[in-house]
Amino acid sequence: MVLIFADQADGQIKKSTFEALSYGSKLAAQLGTTAEAVVLGAVDNASLEALGNYGVSKVHHDANAAFNQFDAQVYTKAIAALATQAGAKVIVFSSNTSGKAVAPRLSANLKAGLVSGAIALPDTSNGFVVKKNVFSAKAYANVQLLTDVKIIALSPNAFGVHATGGAAAVTAVSLPADGGKIKVTAVEKVTGTVPLGEAELVVSGGRGLKGPENWGLVEDLAKAMGASTACSRPVADAHWRPHHEHVGQTGGAIAPNLYVAIGISGAIQHLAGVNRSKTIVVINKDPEAPFFKAADYGIVGDAFDVVPKLTEAVKKLKGIA
Amino acid sequence: MKILVCISKTPDTTAKIAFTDNNTKFADAGVQFIVNPYDEWYALVRALELKEAGVASHVTLLTVGAADAEPIMRKALAIGGDDAIRVNAESSDSFYIASQIAAVATEGSYDLVLTGKETIDYNGSSIGGMVAELLNQPFVSLATKLDIAGGTASLSREIEGGEEKLETSLPLVVSCQKGMAEQRIPNMKGIMGARTKPLAVKEPVAVEALTTVVSFEMPPAKSGVKLVSADTPEELIRLLHEEAKVI
Ligand SMILES: Cc1cc2nc3c(=O)[nH]c(=O)nc-3n(C[C@H](O)[C@H](O)[C@H](O)COP(=O)(O)OP(=O)(O)OC[C@H]3O[C@@H](n4cnc5c(N)ncnc54)[C@H](O)[C@@H]3O)c2cc1C
Repeated sequence: MVLIFADQADGQIKKSTFEALSYGSKLAAQLGTTAEAVVLGAVDNASLEALGNYGVSKVHHDANAAFNQFDAQVYTKAIAALATQAGAKVIVFSSNTSGKAVAPRLSANLKAGLVSGAIALPDTSNGFVVKKNVFSAKAYANVQLLTDVKIIALSPNAFGVHATGGAAAVTAVSLPADGGKIKVTAVEKVTGTVPLGEAELVVSGGRGLKGPENWGLVEDLAKAMGASTACSRPVADAHWRPHHEHVGQTGGAIAPNLYVAIGISGAIQHLAGVNRSKTIVVINKDPEAPFFKAADYGIVGDAFDVVPKLTEAVKKLKGIA
Repeated sequence: MKILVCISKTPDTTAKIAFTDNNTKFADAGVQFIVNPYDEWYALVRALELKEAGVASHVTLLTVGAADAEPIMRKALAIGGDDAIRVNAESSDSFYIASQIAAVATEGSYDLVLTGKETIDYNGSSIGGMVAELLNQPFVSLATKLDIAGGTASLSREIEGGEEKLETSLPLVVSCQKGMAEQRIPNMKGIMGARTKPLAVKEPVAVEALTTVVSFEMPPAKSGVKLVSADTPEELIRLLHEEAKVI
């Protein structure tokens, strides 16, 4: 059986979970076994059944309120208990913020080999080999998992969400929930936009925009597209933009369907955080800017002239006046 | 309170990524190695700040690696730290490395183990969590803030679309990222002093690896950029809609 950890926050299943479920159920089909999910904490029944839409036949749900706050130590114990009871052979996580905390703990707990940042289904022709990003997505490694039970943490946006239709059978379970040492005191969410790590479209600005007063250009284009905004490191360091928007080697690593880079030179450390984007568009006045080498589409031109015209064209396309 | 800071040796961020030996080994000829930026800028500097603030009494740097990791440990010691340990072993398996770190942490009764959020070469983001599980301690991943007062640790960590603030007890394992501290440039005194700081070499404990890297490969090359004239930006939007189908 393939067990997928279906991650929730505030009772809502996270978007990255749908992708992990899609991956896990494809993997189960490949291995000729079933895919099941585990959900910890309060989530309504309709949302649990709806997980069947991503290919899982069964959802193990423990609604214990102890799971409503996240503690990797507690979550690990619970998932380890279920995995053992239910005989899971492969356990799948999204390599999101909770996956990065729980998957390694579970690996040490079960002595189960872990590959994190996986980008494809395993090759089972000779053992169990999973491809993952290494060197900040500048290369891939093929990792052999040597243990009987295996853990895969999937790189967000690497596999996609595949809806199959169908509802899952929900089973209430009672898993260990004790021993937690973490007390959550506050949660601060950036409101208004899709979290950068989950965004499908991202418009990003660099030092070429000269100053924070010009960010209207980036925001208007992003708004017209329905995109989230990001920036290069010097922009965040200069406090032109908040730190959570910084992408690159030392900031966030993202893999949206579309990344539009405006006035960003394309330094190797910047590319390290965005080179997994499916389509890259570069707007830069310097035809020699290194970013053009990593781009799919580009315009050599002045952002102050080009970007407002792009915004108008998007609005026209979408029928926004 | 004693802090153990885990340090990894990684290729410089601008290093050319290539492989040898039938794509089984990183081509390190001519490559410059650095202290993994997350370990250096965030984990190490925050540990030093906690010592300067009188919260921590001792900061030890730890690496699991071959003798060629020692220059990197000296670089890290130049920024600060009381002493260093190198576990004399090389492995690409996170569980093997985490087991070595856990053994050192147990032996030295450290109250706090800090790691960077990931290494910039293997991008595993796994060591901290494994160490915490092996030590049966709480783990806070992707932390952006860490303060300690009266035996309680207060932290912030990244969550999807925001931050979570939390409190927990020591002993504790934390993986650190941006926000935690600011990069420090070592000064002459630090560089001179680093040469004589103790660097102990320990032999590894016996552990079976759970994974092994079979091979590396390069991503498929981009087919090249399609340029649109600055006079017709609307053409770009048409291409994104009709050809790339992303908007
Ligand atoms: C260890 C390390 C880690 C790093 N990590 C990161 C990281 O995580 N993320 C990151 O972004 N950087 C990182 N950097 C920094 C990186 O090397 C670059 O310095 C940085 O990305 C440059 O930012 P930029 O492209 O915004 O600015 P610049 O390099 O100054 O580029 C500005 C660009 O704007 C263009 N431009 C100027 N005016 C206009 C105009 N009117 N219209 C259109 N284009 C215009 C210019 O031609 C130029 O290409 C790191 C560096 C190191 C050493």
